[in-house]
Amino acid sequence: MNPSPMPGLTTQISIRKFDFYYGKYQALKNINLDVYSRKITSFIGPSGCGKSTLLRTLNRMYDLYPDQRAVGEILLDGRNILDRGVSVNELRAKVGMVFQKPTPFPMSIYENIAFGVRLHEQLSRVEMDDRVEWALRKAALWEEAKDKLQYSGMSLSGGQQQRLCIARGIAVKPEVLLLDEPTSALDPISTMRIEELLNELKEDFTIVIVTHNMQQAARVSDFTAYMYLGELIEFGVTDEVFVKPKMKATEDYITGRFG
Amino acid sequence: MVVSDHSSRRFDEELDELRTRVLQMGGLVEQQIHDAIEAFGVGDFEQLEQIENDDHRVNAHEVGIDEACALIIARRQPAAVDLRMLMGISKIVTDLERCGDKAAKIARKAKGIFDHEMRRIPCISDIREMGEIAVRLLRAALDAFARQDAVGAAAIVRDDVAIDEKFQAITRQLITFMMEDPRTISVALEILFIAKAVERVGDHAKNIAEQIIYITRGTDVRHVTWDQLERDAKGDGENA
Repeated sequence: MNPSPMPGLTTQISIRKFDFYYGKYQALKNINLDVYSRKITSFIGPSGCGKSTLLRTLNRMYDLYPDQRAVGEILLDGRNILDRGVSVNELRAKVGMVFQKPTPFPMSIYENIAFGVRLHEQLSRVEMDDRVEWALRKAALWEEAKDKLQYSGMSLSGGQQQRLCIARGIAVKPEVLLLDEPTSALDPISTMRIEELLNELKEDFTIVIVTHNMQQAARVSDFTAYMYLGELIEFGVTDEVFVKPKMKATEDYITGRFG
Repeated sequence: MVVSDHSSRRFDEELDELRTRVLQMGGLVEQQIHDAIEAFGVGDFEQLEQIENDDHRVNAHEVGIDEACALIIARRQPAAVDLRMLMGISKIVTDLERCGDKAAKIARKAKGIFDHEMRRIPCISDIREMGEIAVRLLRAALDAFARQDAVGAAAIVRDDVAIDEKFQAITRQLITFMMEDPRTISVALEILFIAKAVERVGDHAKNIAEQIIYITRGTDVRHVTWDQLERDAKGDGENA
């Protein structure tokens, strides 16, 4: 299916005729999808449907593995990010990623954030302090962390660690933030805080989230893509997908009728 | 759209039980209305009394079904067709409960009329006819609910017009009656109330039919034109 461009929205990422292979196995088949600017798009689908694979291609995570291959186009700011000419470092400054398990670096809270910023920008001490504070505030962690910036990132609770990872992700001021099941290792309260946070972050960033929790997709995202066996089955406004999906396959999945 | 089974069998059972309870409630209400109109026609005072006293059974169904809906929502966080089913059922039982109230009202008013010891009660056969249509529509609505039949539901919405026309005819006759003999005014008014109650049953059957279209098609047809409603019921313009 070809999602038609929706009025009043700016396309941030345009995925066109996209295939992806793990060796000989084709994990994604002819994906055509627009990710809209400053909106939250969620990818849902059963395990193995290709949603995480698709998310990871958006910042070329697959570059690390020689037998993985991508064919087609993923346009970000008009450039195909799959082109060899596009620097992965530059790409990842534009497209940040947060993983399922919180992965703070074994360094101080301050350094966890400053580390990534230094790779891309040269800031004075004062500027860096400001940037760290800005990122922690954006990630709703400042009040809890401001008095222990020199403590290890590992000393924080799971939910706080995940917010630290989000702060780290946004500190380099990316355009897009990718989240791969960001709350599946968190308790319900921490999960709610992250969901609240995503809602605030979408004012500044385009967010793509992979989640197994369908209610989470229904709660936080503006657009939902349902994938199955490497194909995009349905893409649409989340409120419609969860009340009146167009495809029976989507309906079966979100209502738990999936064998 | 054919609905397949949930991965959770218990969820399927819960929804099945709920649908069965709605049909049981519907069956009871249908019987109440039918009996009320019959008893009014033949002047069966005891039966009328019984109908009035049985209204609490209908009310208990309403409370029980709404409670079950809330429980399923809390437990299952339903989406799409399941969510629409629960929302729809919750509205359908409100309409059924109102129908039950109408049966009790018909019984109460009929008792009042027989207290007047009138020799001839005007419009009684017309009300019977209208009652038959109303009961038929209600039964058709419950049928369409059981079969999740949107097209059948759309036909009910259309047929409700027949009841409205009958009601207008009865109103005209009663006006003539009252003008001819003012002593009949109080009884004629009571009969008008009964006719109105029957007419309302048709409206409730229509509301139920609209909910069935919402449940099966996901389109709210409460305030659309008849043509649009028919298209929505058929699911024209759907992708799947």
